[in-house]
Amino acid sequence: MAYKCIVLIKQVPDTSRITGEAMNEDGTVNRGALPAIFNPEDLNALELALQIKEKYGGSVTAVTMGLPSASEVLREAMFMGADDAVLVTDRRCAASDTLATSYILTRAAEKIGYDLVLCGRQAIDGDTAQVGPQMAEKLDIPQITYVEQVHELSPEKIVCRRNMGNGWQKTACKLPVLLTVTDQANEPRIGAARRIMKFKNAKTPAEITKEGGSEEDISLMRDKGLLIGQLNLDDVQADLQWCGRDGSPTKVHRIMSVVLTAKESKEVEPSAQGINDMVHELIEDHTIG
Amino acid sequence: MIEVNRQGEVWVFAEQHLGKVEDIAFELLGRARELADKLGVKVGAVIAGDSIKSVCEELIQYGADKVYAVENNLLEHYQTNSYTKVLCTLIEKHKPQIVLYGASPVGRDLAPRVASKMKAGLTADCTDLQIGNHEIKKTGEKHENLLLQIRPAFGGNIIATIINYDRWPQMATVREGVMPMPEPDAKRKGEVIDESVSLSAQDLPIEIIEQVRREKSVNLKASRIIVAGGAGVGSKENFRMIWDLANALGGVPAATRAAADLGYIGKDYQVGQTGTTVRPSLYIAIGLSGAIQHQAGMSESKKIIAVNNDPDAAIFDVAHYKVCGDLNEVVPQMIKAVKEKV
Repeated sequence: MAYKCIVLIKQVPDTSRITGEAMNEDGTVNRGALPAIFNPEDLNALELALQIKEKYGGSVTAVTMGLPSASEVLREAMFMGADDAVLVTDRRCAASDTLATSYILTRAAEKIGYDLVLCGRQAIDGDTAQVGPQMAEKLDIPQITYVEQVHELSPEKIVCRRNMGNGWQKTACKLPVLLTVTDQANEPRIGAARRIMKFKNAKTPAEITKEGGSEEDISLMRDKGLLIGQLNLDDVQADLQWCGRDGSPTKVHRIMSVVLTAKESKEVEPSAQGINDMVHELIEDHTIG
Repeated sequence: MIEVNRQGEVWVFAEQHLGKVEDIAFELLGRARELADKLGVKVGAVIAGDSIKSVCEELIQYGADKVYAVENNLLEHYQTNSYTKVLCTLIEKHKPQIVLYGASPVGRDLAPRVASKMKAGLTADCTDLQIGNHEIKKTGEKHENLLLQIRPAFGGNIIATIINYDRWPQMATVREGVMPMPEPDAKRKGEVIDESVSLSAQDLPIEIIEQVRREKSVNLKASRIIVAGGAGVGSKENFRMIWDLANALGGVPAATRAAADLGYIGKDYQVGQTGTTVRPSLYIAIGLSGAIQHQAGMSESKKIIAVNNDPDAAIFDVAHYKVCGDLNEVVPQMIKAVKEKV
């Protein structure tokens, strides 16, 4: 059996490199000032899908939802070995929370078709780890979260090892299934030079149009095998009441940037005297002892 | 989708393993009690499993007014689908206004599935929960007594307060260790309500072939004094100093993610966004810069001492005692001073 894998990937701001400029004065994030990267654990999910394809046969389709600029991560996925890539983009997706996002991606996955859906455990911008399980519920398939190894795959079942934080679990279930993958699963490969040369010019219809291209240019790219798939909410027949702001029960009440400061602080000389005095003070106020 | 319900109870999903309730459930009950008192409603705990009767009273002692107990041997081991069915059935039946889950591997697997099924909102990994009002600026529409779900986002660089006012219940997962554990009260009275939820093979699609549960070798959350080392400690051998100082103080060693990744100490000792959240009386931060991800896990400490040779290290911004110097000189001196005085 050839297994059809969908891998959900996300372009995220590199939250480990946040500097002063990346925060607006009102405490919101200035996304434009942050480098955008491939969400790290989605790379592990993609790597796992590619390994499944190599070992058991099948295909890997990378799917992302976002602005047309998110095509960048789809190209990277193709450099690594994804057979296909699909951008789900629509203005009406804006302000989607995890519930709405999972609904839209569910509609897209149903349109594309799958035996396995893989995604990273969580994205580094929201850290919610919710979209995977919420999609599995909507697809009405089992989920296996925190996957760190696939032991066995057959048309009958998949056997995985899950990292439970305080131990692990070896579980099996029938396909189709959704897996969320942790950074312990593997070491993601880097793009192959041959594939980079081939797919660096791959584009979505949105990008071709933005550059002034016509329908003809789009079909020309398709003929060359360089057209990245693109879907909007009409294509996936999404019910708009479950998308975007309307479909998102969670709303932002307030956002504050983090400035942590100690209320009172004391400089301590790094000398024997300074340290002795500090230790003495901590004993006095019963912090230690 | 259930109707907006402002009279509903505040619920806690009481995670248990082989009949032992996880600490996070008690932590949640403590806060649920406060939230419910503010709203003037009752606290409910939902517990599912095989032979769980003996622990229901314990949930009452920690703050539950009602314990909804679903006992069924098919629920012996946690499974996403079966537990989702239990939660959704009970939520539909009793219509709580708030449901809280631990942000544990189980809670983070279960809560989003329940939220999706109920078409309800869910905020992940909260570090604080309050009751408050919200006004929609555009329309002037006011919503009173909502659950304010407070959580770090963007790698801990911002703190967002999330609400949901038009779908019910309001749900959140809460990080372990961020809410103080309440004192149990053996005299508290409550009601245990037996609930049954019909389950079939379809609700158990996962076969658990083997599982190994490893108790954490260190309980950072319960430690009053923590001595944490970062990558700046330099080597595993050098990290011995951290252990020595911790021992001298009767505390436990800990580490940043970077130090744990370098193999200086086991992952169980990791404090921060991806590790344990701690709130000890004393936190000594040695050779660590104080990345926001680390601060997220320790800034609630009552007293913080930072030792670093870089005067610009971010950890100094949160420290009560700032020791700017070479840790190879400062730490042995601290060990000596402690041994002499304590």
